[in-house]
Amino acid sequence: MRQPALSWTPSTRLRASRVLRQGLAFLLLWAAAAATMGALLAVVAFVGVRAVRVLSIDLLLTPPAGGLSGEGGISTTIVTTLYLVALTVGIATPLGVGAAIYLTEYAGQMDARRKPALLLLSIARFGVETLAGVPSIVFGLFGYALFVSALHFGFSLLSASLAGACLILPVIIRATEEALRAVPQAYREGSLALGATQWQTVSGVVLPSALPGIVTSVILSVGRVVGETAVFYVTLGGSSGLPRSLLSPGRTLALHLYSLAMDTRAFDKAMGTGAMLVLIIILLNAAIGLLSRHMLRTRG
Amino acid sequence: MQRRCLIDRLMQGLLLGSALLSVCIVLMIGLFTFLQSRLAWQSIGPAAMLTDTAWRPGSGRFGLLPMIAGSVLATLGSVAIGVPLAIGCALFAAEVAPAPIRALVRPAVQLLGGIPSVVYGLFGMVVIVPLIRRIPAPGNSGYGLLAASIVLAVMILPTITSIAEDVIRAVPREYKEGSLALGATEWQTIVGVTLPAARSGIVAATILGIGRALGETMAMTMVIGNSVIVPAPLTQNPLSIYLSPARTLTGNIAVEISYATGLHESALFATGVTLFVMIMVVNSSAHFLLRSKSR
Repeated sequence: MRQPALSWTPSTRLRASRVLRQGLAFLLLWAAAAATMGALLAVVAFVGVRAVRVLSIDLLLTPPAGGLSGEGGISTTIVTTLYLVALTVGIATPLGVGAAIYLTEYAGQMDARRKPALLLLSIARFGVETLAGVPSIVFGLFGYALFVSALHFGFSLLSASLAGACLILPVIIRATEEALRAVPQAYREGSLALGATQWQTVSGVVLPSALPGIVTSVILSVGRVVGETAVFYVTLGGSSGLPRSLLSPGRTLALHLYSLAMDTRAFDKAMGTGAMLVLIIILLNAAIGLLSRHMLRTRG
Repeated sequence: MQRRCLIDRLMQGLLLGSALLSVCIVLMIGLFTFLQSRLAWQSIGPAAMLTDTAWRPGSGRFGLLPMIAGSVLATLGSVAIGVPLAIGCALFAAEVAPAPIRALVRPAVQLLGGIPSVVYGLFGMVVIVPLIRRIPAPGNSGYGLLAASIVLAVMILPTITSIAEDVIRAVPREYKEGSLALGATEWQTIVGVTLPAARSGIVAATILGIGRALGETMAMTMVIGNSVIVPAPLTQNPLSIYLSPARTLTGNIAVEISYATGLHESALFATGVTLFVMIMVVNSSAHFLLRSKSR
């Protein structure tokens, strides 16, 4: 430890007891960290080992048999997951990024005399902060009542992606705002001083330097959609076939896992599906890691 | 000159449009949920809904008490298991761990946070529930509050750990150096200086974790048993209440919404509103704590 051996130490017994207590406490901290790591390893390794029994090219290429048999593969659920991610992120990203740009680059830069813009800003901040803490099943409830029943979209890709977009919209707005705010004010002033319009400044200077942060937030929302179950459980229907149009129901990987575990008790197949999910999340995390390393390098 | 000004105007309008649309969506979600629940609050009454112990939509009983008890007990259990582990892990990563191990802990915690909740639920069903079933108690099926608490604890660990670690790291070096220079051991410094300085941030992290635990849905329906009963101890030992099956507010919505109509549907919206209010209370206390820290 960092203690120098001093000759006037009050009593060696006291010192010994302090050192002992520290040793014990640190042992507990090591144990806490080991338990956390252990939990991660247990979940990933268990799912992985059980999945090896069923994972094969066949599993990935055959559609689920449907019904309560628990037979078949997961091909259609992979495709449905891809559809749903593309639709949800496709709806939420332009809207969220646009809103964040307006809030930070326009409303946020206005002087205090522009009351309406500032009001919009504070309402938006409040709403986004609040929604970020709302549990996903409430979005599901909302999506079910509005899109599935009131607007008669039924259980469908359309209903699910609209509800999913509502879920990730606050996430994207918040993260994009943060990325934009991290761009130094001097960049904007420099561009404006050269005579560029506000939009030229935003598109030519601010957005390029905030891009890695925005992309990270989009990847995070992709992960959120892949892993989300509650919202899609009440909006997507859950039929195992391949969706033929925006209005047909479907089943994502996560929903398939849920149905295999709860309805058919086909735990091995469920583990195989879970392994695919974990694999996707690991890949997404790796992508985010690469991006942030890139950001660090370019910003110096 | 003219053209770029035109584009500038156009883009400003477009961005304003997306901001307005986003704000509308955000407000609409809250408003819509509250409006849909009005029928239930009016025809059943808030007092009856919050205190009735029976939820039988078929015979017009809509008591939320069993679900509120289920949600609160599962969350408390997960806090009891998860919070000490999370804070220990955060302290370890921020203060104790050698650099190479520290470099491992962070991405691992991040990955733990990214794993979909159904995977945790599945793990709970296949591994934890059979283990709990071995505890000898009448009517113990393994599915219940204890399984739910353990699964939830693992799920809130990453949230709390990563925020608490950031907060602990943010404690100024001078504080710790002052304490060490006075001859305190590193552990005395952690207990006497670092933790008190980071206290409000750690409490806020815990509260965010509680919010996440209250809102978790599918993993809970997988391991908690989903019976609509007010949980009660199975044996003389009061702790055996955790062996009792239960249902959470979130699970109530997920399990029943797809076939509910009329008053039943409105009562499920009221379930959502109850959940929303509980989480708002929890989260605003987090904000309050964070704000009082920054002052």
